Amino acid sequence: MAEKVFMIALSPTMEEGAILKWRKKVGDAVKMDDILCDVETDKASMEYVSSQEGVILAIVKEVGASAKVGDTIAVIGEAGEDPTPLIAESAPSTPKAAPAPSTASTATPATAPASTPSTSIADTATSGRTKSSPLARRIAAEKGLNVAEIPGSGPGGRVVKADVEGYTPATTVKSSVPASSPLNNDRIPVSRKRGTIAKRLSESLFTAPHFFLTLGIEMDGLLTAREKLNEKRKDKLGLNAFLIKFLAEALKRHQALNASWEGDYIQNHASVDIAIAVAQPDGLITPVVRDCGSKGVLQIETELRDLIDRARNNQLKPDDYSGATFTISNLGSFGIEEFTAIINPPGAAILALGATVKTPVVADDDSIVIKKIMKVTLSCDHRVIDGAVGAAFLTEFKGMVEDPYRVLL
Amino acid sequence: MAEYAYDVVIIGGGPGGYVAAVRASQLGLKVAVVEKDKLGGVCGNWGCIPSKALINQAEYFHAIPALQNLGIKVDASGLDYAKAYQKSREAAERSGKGVQFLMKKNKVEVISGTATLTGPHEATVDGKKVTAAYVVLATGSRPRQIPGFEFDEKTVLSSTGILSLQNLPKSLLILGSGAIGMEFAFVMSTFGVEVTVVEMLPRILPVEDPDTAAVVEKAFVKRGVKFLTATKALTLKTSATGVEVEVERAGKKETLKAEKLLVAVGRVPNTDNLGLDKLGVALDRGFVTVKDFYQTSIPSVFAIGDIVPSPLLAHVASKEGEIAVEYIASLMGKGKAPHEKKLDANLIPGATYCEPQIASFGWAEDKAKEKGLAYKAYSFPYNGNGKASAIERPDGLVKVLFDPKTHEILGAHVAGYNATEILHELLLAKKAELLPEDIATMVHAHPTISESVMEAARGVEGWAIHI
Repeated sequence: MAEKVFMIALSPTMEEGAILKWRKKVGDAVKMDDILCDVETDKASMEYVSSQEGVILAIVKEVGASAKVGDTIAVIGEAGEDPTPLIAESAPSTPKAAPAPSTASTATPATAPASTPSTSIADTATSGRTKSSPLARRIAAEKGLNVAEIPGSGPGGRVVKADVEGYTPATTVKSSVPASSPLNNDRIPVSRKRGTIAKRLSESLFTAPHFFLTLGIEMDGLLTAREKLNEKRKDKLGLNAFLIKFLAEALKRHQALNASWEGDYIQNHASVDIAIAVAQPDGLITPVVRDCGSKGVLQIETELRDLIDRARNNQLKPDDYSGATFTISNLGSFGIEEFTAIINPPGAAILALGATVKTPVVADDDSIVIKKIMKVTLSCDHRVIDGAVGAAFLTEFKGMVEDPYRVLL
Repeated sequence: MAEYAYDVVIIGGGPGGYVAAVRASQLGLKVAVVEKDKLGGVCGNWGCIPSKALINQAEYFHAIPALQNLGIKVDASGLDYAKAYQKSREAAERSGKGVQFLMKKNKVEVISGTATLTGPHEATVDGKKVTAAYVVLATGSRPRQIPGFEFDEKTVLSSTGILSLQNLPKSLLILGSGAIGMEFAFVMSTFGVEVTVVEMLPRILPVEDPDTAAVVEKAFVKRGVKFLTATKALTLKTSATGVEVEVERAGKKETLKAEKLLVAVGRVPNTDNLGLDKLGVALDRGFVTVKDFYQTSIPSVFAIGDIVPSPLLAHVASKEGEIAVEYIASLMGKGKAPHEKKLDANLIPGATYCEPQIASFGWAEDKAKEKGLAYKAYSFPYNGNGKASAIERPDGLVKVLFDPKTHEILGAHVAGYNATEILHELLLAKKAELLPEDIATMVHAHPTISESVMEAARGVEGWAIHI
């Protein structure tokens, strides 16, 4: 029966130790009182003397790895036994949930596969390259599988045909073989897009003095109105289109918010060009709906859809995403209640939209009512916008959303 | 494990046993081999090695017309077959000495005598007990006798008997057109013996692919060998002048006469008189039943080679021996268990050493068809190969069976000059799961017969050049 080899307290105070050197390797026979490995403790380097007998089936903690007293450092047993169940037991659970937003894009900078789970752990620890047979690769490609994710059973842990044919992504998660981390130490080259994002946003945050204004907007009125409008429509209107329309109307009434800092002058903009931040697999982009002030919700919606579609498919032209006078960023769909955004130059302000949350509100008659509240935070470039100006604009916007008739005024 | 005299005792010093012994010794085990006859077994003494020596002599003889063609005056009349026989014995002698040297070099103790298994850790050799932590049975096989056609080794011969002949018969009847039958048909017909081959199945070399078998058949017929396929041998009468065999073909009976009869209808495992039944080692139709790593139903007893149900071939025995002792070594704390638990039948090459040769592995087309396997086949003929053409060996082909979707190699069959040597590139590809395109795009030296392997692989991909 295979059994785990635990880290033991090699000194009275030892809680944790690092493996300095393995004196035995996988396949080696271990007798009672054999020195298994050298361990660096809190005090000194100590020899780990085995109290178990058998053949080393797997080394769980490689040289340099640290193990708490009680952690499994190796698996010992009879030759030919499969150590993987015990390794899996001793591995910290590795959540497989991929945090990456939706689709993997071809534009993603190529990164080495994180790790190749393999029945032979030593092999994977050393090589970043996935060993696989050409036939295995061809079958994997046909099945749309990534060979790097398939445990290899061939010589030296090579992925062979049988591994690919016997592989279902679900089972690997279950048997999440060795304790390989879902993280890696890769250096990812900075793409041009990433570089641009980094440069523009740091420039913005470090040169434009930001200040932030937050308030909650009652969304009940707008949501009901939208619902009514959508009842008779096949293509439903999105909330963003309405918000952009209201912002445009508010901006028309507050020139200072539709302007840019140009160093020795402030540039006012006659056209209200509102951008919306769209997440992409390899960054984010801000497509612009031009001249929102003279467009209706319907037209804004149409243009917005087209822009977002193209943004997600990396098909935007520079004209589509540059020169916004105002930007919105909406993280409400992620459940974010409120946040602050960095101004997207040449605009002088950006509005961060949170999630719409049912909230108890104290009404005028001191009764408590449940309202759907969306928190919005306006980031302003203080060089262009003063606090009161920003506040007036934001209140105007709030009023319009809560009471759409105000737009008529 | 001091309680036993040896870590491993191997019963049988043939290609299975002696290779296992060397491997075990390499892994640090204390090994003994028990051999009742000569080291090297049938392979070294009465099989592969002496027969290849004989075939080589036959090939020299076969080359006389080519020499005459050069204007060299060769008088073939003085052929003394006893000299060819002598050559084959010398080869066997050399082989035996080679194995002896290997035993000595690897400190393997050789115990002469006949062993019986008397316990899970014990063999008795001529009354003396030999104990070991593990026992490996490698006792090999012997020619199969058919009732009514028992060997007398004078006129009714087994492969051993025919290798012992010192004079050529005028005529030879061969029962069985497998590798052994065909090799002796080649040797004997080349030396001028009138050869008739009787095969029960509808075609010769039944385990081989029909296309490669046809190449050999054509060459043999040209040489004057007679084939009677789908023919059953019924009775045998021996007399002072030779044999009379009554055969039946398509309902018609016929009597064939010849000076000698070679019965080459397969081999049977040497599993009796070993003490297996007493110990309770499980058998199935004479073969020892084995689990992974060739372990028998008794955990300390392993069995390899011709006595287990895998192809009865020397190279199979050797590999099985390696697997078994590597596993035993791992059980004793020496090294890792072998990666392969058992041989994959699709990766075992077969070779028939006549001229032209045949070599193959994996699926043959007729069996694939019968099984309903999804496959495609491509054959590249030797006459498209520069080297084959230059040395006047245009008869032959390289055939690859492959998966229509993935192009995985399912089987390969080579017939022709050097077939047994050039097969291995395809076999390596199969084993490593390389694809035909990997061979197709690899530069092969020119001019070589191996280029036809490359061309066959290109043919699979649809772009063979020299055709």
